[in-house]
Amino acid sequence: MDFLYAVTVAPLLDIGQDPTFFAEVVIGGLMAGVMYSLVALGFVLIFKASGVFNFAQGVLALFAALTLVGLLEGGLPIIPFTDFKLPPLPVPLAMAATAVVMIVLAFAIEYLMLRRLVNQAPIILFMSTIGLAFFLEGFGDAMWGSDVKSIDIGIPDASFERWGILFNQFEIVATGTAAVLVAVLAVFFQKTRIGRALRAVADDHQAALSVGIPLKTIWVIVWSVSGLVALVAGIMWGAKSGVQFSLSLIALKALPVLILGGFTSVPGAIVGGLIIGVGEKVGEVYWGPALGGAIENWFAYMLAMVFLFFRPQGLFGERIIERV
Amino acid sequence: MLYREAGQFKTSYGKDQSILPIVQDRWVLGIVLVVAYVVVPLTADDYWFNAILIPFLVYALATLGLNILTGYAGQISLGTGGFMAVGAYAAYKMTTAFPELNIIVVFLLSGLFAAGVGLVFGIPSLRIKGFYLAVATLAAQFFLVWLFNKVAWFYNYNPSGTIEAPPREVFGVLVTGAAATPMVKYLTALTMATVFALAIKNLVRGRIGRSWMAIRDMDIAAEIIGIKPLQTKLLAFALSSYVCGVAGAEFMFLHLGSVETIAFDINLSFLILFMVIVGGLGSVLGSFLGAGFIVLLPILLTNLPAMLGFDVAAVNAKHAELMVFGALIVFFLIVEPNGLARLWQIAKEKLRLWPFPY
Repeated sequence: MDFLYAVTVAPLLDIGQDPTFFAEVVIGGLMAGVMYSLVALGFVLIFKASGVFNFAQGVLALFAALTLVGLLEGGLPIIPFTDFKLPPLPVPLAMAATAVVMIVLAFAIEYLMLRRLVNQAPIILFMSTIGLAFFLEGFGDAMWGSDVKSIDIGIPDASFERWGILFNQFEIVATGTAAVLVAVLAVFFQKTRIGRALRAVADDHQAALSVGIPLKTIWVIVWSVSGLVALVAGIMWGAKSGVQFSLSLIALKALPVLILGGFTSVPGAIVGGLIIGVGEKVGEVYWGPALGGAIENWFAYMLAMVFLFFRPQGLFGERIIERV
Repeated sequence: MLYREAGQFKTSYGKDQSILPIVQDRWVLGIVLVVAYVVVPLTADDYWFNAILIPFLVYALATLGLNILTGYAGQISLGTGGFMAVGAYAAYKMTTAFPELNIIVVFLLSGLFAAGVGLVFGIPSLRIKGFYLAVATLAAQFFLVWLFNKVAWFYNYNPSGTIEAPPREVFGVLVTGAAATPMVKYLTALTMATVFALAIKNLVRGRIGRSWMAIRDMDIAAEIIGIKPLQTKLLAFALSSYVCGVAGAEFMFLHLGSVETIAFDINLSFLILFMVIVGGLGSVLGSFLGAGFIVLLPILLTNLPAMLGFDVAAVNAKHAELMVFGALIVFFLIVEPNGLARLWQIAKEKLRLWPFPY
């Protein structure tokens, strides 16, 4: 009975007694949700355009963050076996250089991997991205070292109070960045020529090919774009909790977000991220103690799984129509 | 010349439907079994048993289990680690509660618990498919590992949170525990793997296996010809989890000896999935080949630089190992997406015609 009470009644009482704290928890969850959405966005972009379920998205974020830190700190030997080392770069220059690295990486991935795996079953493509994740992880660590690093690109990280609720400046900046990113992506997809081509490819590969859309170029573009999204996610996560291996694990957290929002929907990734973020935080704070704590680990997945019973295609996913 | 079925006539339906219709195949299998049961125990040392052979057999069993689900029934699962954990913890609870129960029986019973859990987490497969299902099985993975970590009853309130294999005898010979010899553990794992491989091979050749493959290839068409998706998919989930559960119990009792829940984390699930894919989806032989490949590869990568005379710092070697492992997986998928089993098949076809090209 005690357990039932602790699970069903007590959390609601707690919420009722201290609504400001509840609001703080919800806002904290929303902020965490924005971060999930950033990673989920990269997934959705690649899945939409090429049908590849890119497990390496989290590692891409880690790799981008590692590269950025490395460039900011300098000290990369440019020419092997000499003492000439790269000087520390200023923030904008380092970011630009990292962006270039991500685009080059997209070219390499397309040329060395995707091009050779055309027409394979989805699970093969999925496994190959896991292989890619292993490779990039080893590569990033070998290049920049595996110790925990901090990114400092000058985002203020102070808390302030408004309407009796604590806000964090950094989280607001992150939210703003995500909003700008989504807006830019939406415009890119809806208004530009390349965006139209991307949507065409997402709709039907063969039809897109037949009207003269170059599939390979599209893949490079979409991997570049999600590389850049990974860069933003990597900076945000890295600045929040340090650049380290665990960064690549946020990719796993992005999966339930995708399920909730639907694999093919950009707004879905955002809304799904927010729901998961809030659900997780509220669940942990109010229901966690009764269940033994650390329920954050699986709560999102359970939420997503239960959700799938009622809407298999996710909140905003295209309705799955099966033709025989 | 050597591998030819000319002159081998089948005079009964039973012979025509045998698992290995060609005499040479039976010879090869016989030789492999003799080597595994006689030559290896006589020659291998403890390192080989502990680091290569026992993990290989345990992983092969888990791969067989996942192959039922992913390879034959076409349902992607990332929850293998969780189901293996169920098997391991169930076996541990049973053998500490009933110490006189034969440990082999404990292994076989522990699979039943895993099967039950697998059934529950298989229910979403009726509504969802493909990667959506894969993520749903991740729920099983994370929830089960969390559960075994949080609820102290599962590890008998041991303050360190680990479970340790107690010494248990079968017919007077120590099979588990720290004092058991690696050879006995190896022979136990080998027998289990052989029996399960035979059982699964027969299962997938029969009506059940065919209905799984029908569901995998096109579920709507399968439904129309009278296969019930509900029962078929759930049966695949239950049987697959059963085998994975037994493998999990072996993983803990025969391979590691003592485990924490971290041993059953998501990486284990990925490792097993790698083995299934590298070995070949929907192939019993492939399960063994894949497990062997993935077990040997890291060992080879660790020792190769030293063998070739390079002196690499240990830290760099670890990174290089990750890189090479990842690159090899991608390379392998590009070269032969159907896995090692397919390579074996191609080799056999070539051998059949040898020395003529056509």
